[in-house]
Amino acid sequence: MAAPGLYLLANLRCAKLDGTTEANRNYESEQDLSAQVPLVDYLVLDDPPHLVATECTSCGARYFDRRNACASCFSEDFTSTKIANEGVLRSFTIVAHAGPGIEVPFVAGVVDCDGTSVRGNVINVTPDPDHVSLGMPVKLATYSLGKDDNGTEAIGFGYEPATAG
Amino acid sequence: MSASDDIWILGIHMTKFGKHFDQDVVDLGAEAIRGALADSGTTMADMGILAAGNLMGGGGIGQQLQKQVGQTGIPVYNVSNACATGATALRTAIMAVKAGECDMGLAVGVEKLAGAGLLGGGGKARSDEKVYEPSGRFGAVAPTDGRIGTATMPGVFAQVGMEYGHKYGGTSFELFAKISEKNHSHSTLNPLAAYSKAMPLEQIMNDVMIAYPNTRPMCSANCDGAAAAVVTNGATLKTLSLEQQRRAIKVSASVLTSDPWQEACQILPDVNTLTKNAAAQAYEQAGVGPEDLDLVELHDCFATAELVHYDNLGLCEEGGAVDFFNSGAPWRDGSKPVNVSGGLQSKGHPISATGIANIWEVCQHLRDECGDRQIADAKVALAHVIGLGSACGVHILERAAA
Repeated sequence: MAAPGLYLLANLRCAKLDGTTEANRNYESEQDLSAQVPLVDYLVLDDPPHLVATECTSCGARYFDRRNACASCFSEDFTSTKIANEGVLRSFTIVAHAGPGIEVPFVAGVVDCDGTSVRGNVINVTPDPDHVSLGMPVKLATYSLGKDDNGTEAIGFGYEPATAG
Repeated sequence: MSASDDIWILGIHMTKFGKHFDQDVVDLGAEAIRGALADSGTTMADMGILAAGNLMGGGGIGQQLQKQVGQTGIPVYNVSNACATGATALRTAIMAVKAGECDMGLAVGVEKLAGAGLLGGGGKARSDEKVYEPSGRFGAVAPTDGRIGTATMPGVFAQVGMEYGHKYGGTSFELFAKISEKNHSHSTLNPLAAYSKAMPLEQIMNDVMIAYPNTRPMCSANCDGAAAAVVTNGATLKTLSLEQQRRAIKVSASVLTSDPWQEACQILPDVNTLTKNAAAQAYEQAGVGPEDLDLVELHDCFATAELVHYDNLGLCEEGGAVDFFNSGAPWRDGSKPVNVSGGLQSKGHPISATGIANIWEVCQHLRDECGDRQIADAKVALAHVIGLGSACGVHILERAAA
C-alpha cells in the first residue's frame, strides 16, 4: 500500500525538521514544498490523488481500516485496491451543530464510488439543500488542512460536484 | 392459560422523564425498581437476578441500586449496549428465567442525561500544539469528525433517512418534520413525557437546524429517567393471585440482534438489516405478524429514523414507508399507531431507560390502564430499540387471555 510509505517519508522529514537548529530553520520553506501527509492513510497523494481500500481476497469486502479477519467471510487474506474517484451521492446531511473546533455548516455524505461506499464531506459547494441533492454525481477533490509546527502540510479529501458532460 | 415456560411481565414502572435536579442516578433507578416491585406485588426477596443498565455513570449501577432497595446476594449483571441497554437488561433477566435459573428476575435501566448536549461528535478539542502524527486505525493526522463526514448522532441518523429517500424516493424535509409533528402531538397526552407540547409543522421546520433535515425538535430529547420491570415464568404466575395474573403481560417474543456485515456498514451504521432480522425473528417467535399489532413503540431517536423503521418492522411493504406515513396510519387514530407515548423526540431518551420505558408504554395499553392516551382494545404490541454500533431489541407483548 502506498500510503504508509508516504507517512514514513513524512515522518522522516518531521524527524529531520525536529532536529533542526534555529540556524538552519531558514531552509524549512524550501524543504517543505513537498512535505505532505494525507489526513488518513487510505488517501494516497499520487497524481491524481485517490483512495485505497483493503480488500478481502476471498469475498471482495472492502475496508478502510485494518481488519484481523474479514467481517464478512472471516478470511485473513487481504490485498490493496484503488477506489474510483467518481461517484454518486447516496446520502447526505448538512451539519449545523458539531463538536468543538469543527467549522459548520458542512455537508457530510455517503458516496457510492462504483460499488464501494465512501464516507466524506461534499466540498466546494454551497452547503444548503438547494445546492446538494441525492444522486448528484461527485468526484474526489483534495484540499490543504494547513501546515503543522514542523512545516508539514496535511492534505484532506472530499467530494465536489462533478460537472455534467 | 399458558405454557409453564412462557415469560410474563409481572410488574413494570417508568419514572417521569425530564430534568431531575434533586435525584441522582441511584435515586432514579431505585424509584423505578420500587415502582416495578410494587406494581408486581413482589419484593426483592422474590428476585433471583438483577440486570442493570447505565451508560453515563461510573459503572456497577446494579450493586449501587441493591444498596437502596435490598441486598439479597443475587447475581447482578451490569449490561451496556448503547441505546439498546435497557432492552438488553430486560432480555438478560428473561434469559435467566427462561433458563430456569430463577423464577423471577428484575431489570432496570437508568440515565441522567439532561443537558448532555450533542452526542457522538466526541473526541478532544483540538490542541494548540500542532504536529501531524498518524494515529488510530485510519492513521489520521488530525481529527476526522467534520472532515470525513460526521459522527454526531443527528447527522448519522439524518443520513439514514436520506439514504432511504435516495433508494425509494418521496422523502423531503417537510415529510420528516411531519413525523415529528405527529410525535409531539401524541406527547400532549403523556404526563410522564419530558416535553408534552404540541408543535405545529412550521414551528418544527423553523426551529434550530441541527443536521439537515433534523431540526432540534426532530431530535430525541436528552433527559433523566429510569424504568424497571419484573419478569416471571408461566408456572410461577399460576401460583400468584388472580389480580397478578390478570395484569401480567405476556412476552410473546424477546429478541436481540447485532448488525451483520453489509457493504456500507463501515461508512454509515446499518440500522436496517439488524432491525429487519430482529423483527422477523420476533414475529416468528410470537406467531403474529405486523398486521396483528395494535400499537408500536419504535426507536425514533430522530424523525429521520422513524421513517426507515416503518419499513424495517414490516409495518408497510418494502419501500412503502413514505406512503405509509402519508396515509395517516401511524397517528394514534390511524390503523397502526406508532409512538403514542410521544416517542423519543418528546417523551425523551434517557438512554439506558429507553428500552424498558417503551415496554412500560405498551404494557399500560395492553392492561387498559393508559388513561387519556389508551389505544382502545389493544391486545398485541411491539417495542423496538436500536443502539448504534449496533444492537437491536424487539419485544412483542400480549395481554393475558380473558
